[in-house]
Amino acid sequence: MLKKTPLYQAHKDMGAKLVDFGGWEMPLHYGSQIEEHHKVRRNCGMFDVSHMQVLDFKGKDVRSYLRHLVANNVDKLQTSGKALYSAMLNPDGGVVDDLIIYYMDESWFRIVVNAGTAEKDLAWMQSRLDGFSAEITPRTDLAMIAVQGPNGRAKVWQAIPGSEAATQGLKAFYAAEFGPYFIARTGYTGEDGFEIMLPSEMAEGLWRGLHEAGVAPIGLGARDTLRLEAGMNLYGQDMDETVNPLEAGLAWTVDLQSERDFVGKAALLSKPVKFQLAGLLLLDRGVLRGHQKVSTPHGEGEITSGSFSPTLGQSIALARIPKEAAAGDEVQVFVRDKLLRAKLVKYPFARNGKPLI
Amino acid sequence: MSVPENLKYTATHEWVKLESDGTVTVGITDHAQSLLGDMVYVENPEIGRKVSQGEECAVVESVKAASDVYAPISGEIVEINGDLDGSPEKVNEDAFSAWMFRMKPDNAADLDALLGAAAYQAAVDSEAH
Repeated sequence: MLKKTPLYQAHKDMGAKLVDFGGWEMPLHYGSQIEEHHKVRRNCGMFDVSHMQVLDFKGKDVRSYLRHLVANNVDKLQTSGKALYSAMLNPDGGVVDDLIIYYMDESWFRIVVNAGTAEKDLAWMQSRLDGFSAEITPRTDLAMIAVQGPNGRAKVWQAIPGSEAATQGLKAFYAAEFGPYFIARTGYTGEDGFEIMLPSEMAEGLWRGLHEAGVAPIGLGARDTLRLEAGMNLYGQDMDETVNPLEAGLAWTVDLQSERDFVGKAALLSKPVKFQLAGLLLLDRGVLRGHQKVSTPHGEGEITSGSFSPTLGQSIALARIPKEAAAGDEVQVFVRDKLLRAKLVKYPFARNGKPLI
Repeated sequence: MSVPENLKYTATHEWVKLESDGTVTVGITDHAQSLLGDMVYVENPEIGRKVSQGEECAVVESVKAASDVYAPISGEIVEINGDLDGSPEKVNEDAFSAWMFRMKPDNAADLDALLGAAAYQAAVDSEAH
């Protein structure tokens, strides 16, 4: 039996093609994935991301607990509402999950983790709690709606009266509470917008209100091509428990400078970095896909995420390849029985409505 | 979903049309395009290639996935639809007119073994359960 979000009926009413997504029955698209992708880059759209898990961390030791738990440094969080993207590592330095931490006050941090890893994450987090005065509450009573695109914030202000004054001043990667809403200027598309956490029973009302305000529902299909163009990693594809975050494009999120110790740090310091995550632009005709082998002048690699980029009109990919390879190098990708030519590029490929390649 | 009466079908979701000159035109069904979603690339076989029934001979790629297209009968590829190079979305818009390739059958009687519209519809219906 697949799990359903509070928006399940609304998805059906809006013509969603529903699919099994990690045990959740979720909308893949509502007609055309490519059209949905363009709507988000050019105007705005809304995503049901209620399958993701919100966890509240409360207690006087939460900060010191998180200093030890995650690879990024929570001491970067000093202003209420500030958010931080981080990986959570195992002792071998592999990625247990990637997550966003919102700092509200010294006794309340909120973390959002991936749907497919939520149970594992919670067990892992709980197993590291010993000695800390902190407790974790899974907020299964909350739904989450992301409204993304250049006009997204204005539509939210229209659909939630009074929210404009409370969130107009929010900078990127900050969140604020407004009544029952937790509104964050974060996302997974490379566009401006909000992610809104709210009580499950209010989710359908907001969803339909946003729809009446002209916000199109967007499926998980377009969510994937949007995040790929924006150069954002997807857990389970671009990294997992066997992958070194320093070889997965996540070095910017791993704090090795501070004295602080954290789970996985010693392992990372002891391992040589041999690979990098690079962008690929397909020069021949076709479509790049995950797991296709890549041949570079410096050795072999593999595509971790590949698809068609609606913004660029050609195929793009993220690939784990030897670290000596450089942007501009031409590589070959094994696609079925052919070798196709691709170029290494610096990613992101597109953000804020514009191609960057 | 529409399943035109004048075409023949395979269980792998190709449609086949017998032309007046004895060649057959091949495409993928509306059901197949709807499963795959937005089409972004069609890789057709080379003209002159000889294929056996059931052989992988073309690929359609949507944003979501790549899917093989199988030769519905044995024969020779005599023409491909070049329009699909620049406009693969035509397969989504009208799968039964967006033909992919044309074949000269080795044996015209092979067509008789293909599914009729009703049998194909029944196969699709049973797949959904």
